[in-house]
Amino acid sequence: MKDLSLHILDIIQNSIKAESTLIEVEISEDTKEDLLTITIKDNGRGMDEELLKKVLDPFVTTRTTRKVGLGLSLFKASCEQAEGSLTVDSVLGKATIVYAKLKHSHIDRKPIGDIASTMALAISSNENIDFIYKHKVDGNEFLLDTREIKKELDGVSVALPEVTCWIKDYIEEGIKNINGGNDL
Amino acid sequence: MKSISELQKIREKVLSEVNLRQDRQDGIRIVVGMATCGIAAGARPVMQEFISEISKRNLLNVKVIQTGCIGMCRLEPIVEVYVPGQEKVTYVKMTPDKVARIVSEHIVNGKVVDEYTVGAQS
Ligand SMILES: Nc1ncnc2c1ncn2[C@@H]1O[C@H](COP(=O)(O)OP(=O)(O)OP(=O)(O)O)[C@@H](O)[C@H]1O
Ligand SMILES: [Mg+2]
Repeated sequence: MKDLSLHILDIIQNSIKAESTLIEVEISEDTKEDLLTITIKDNGRGMDEELLKKVLDPFVTTRTTRKVGLGLSLFKASCEQAEGSLTVDSVLGKATIVYAKLKHSHIDRKPIGDIASTMALAISSNENIDFIYKHKVDGNEFLLDTREIKKELDGVSVALPEVTCWIKDYIEEGIKNINGGNDL
Repeated sequence: MKSISELQKIREKVLSEVNLRQDRQDGIRIVVGMATCGIAAGARPVMQEFISEISKRNLLNVKVIQTGCIGMCRLEPIVEVYVPGQEKVTYVKMTPDKVARIVSEHIVNGKVVDEYTVGAQS
């Protein structure tokens, strides 16, 4: 994967497949501690202990179209190349949390990339799933909750291309605001 | 500063257009493969481009949706176009710059862009 926002999109696909109804994505950038963390939490079907133990092994997948599952192990490799780590926690039938930690300034740390696109596409392709997106840069925070957006739209679908584009712009602007006026 | 109250405007616009229009494109679905293989190969900007193009042309009843692995990983990004009453068309090795042509020729004018299809590229 070229950047972290693509990993996030991919991990969100796992949550969608697990029939989640609420997916929370949090990115936290702490330049003082030189730390970038990414948390993706869902309320989907979860994993039992046996699957959880082997889930970071690329030869483990429950998919049927091919024999390897790449998503989590690729993300783990991207974290480790930036002196970081990836952990997965899950309670069967309840929730799954993927937690990634990277050294913010590491020369091999992939850029965050187009996270606005990742979130806008995930949101509009999954009308029946709610998303919370939180992005912190040092003391500043941007928050998007699709429940508020859906309330505002009052019956008009988040899947409309025009709404997707609006969400993308809204997130881009929000991130710029917490990032001292700069794009990521 | 953008505020979510702007969505009201989009809402009103959409509601005023709905029902008034019956386009030839109604019911068309554009399906983008978004499993790990697709995402790594560049499916996200392709999907984004379809949505921007559909929004620009105000094609109200064309849906852009995601699916998982279509099972031909080496041909990703893959996009399937479903036109009601017609056979599915599969476009492979997609890039954002191929999108405008597919939208204008296939989605709007009903003419498949043969050279981008799985038959021509595999
Ligand atoms: N959020 C989740 N909830 C429940 N199960 C999950 C979740 N994330 C991953 N899994 C399980 O872990 C397996 C491995 O996930 P991984 O993303 O590495 O590969 P995959 O999704 O199977 O295939 P790929 O990501 O290559 O398309 C999945 O097949 C699924 O069974
Ligand atoms: Mg996966």
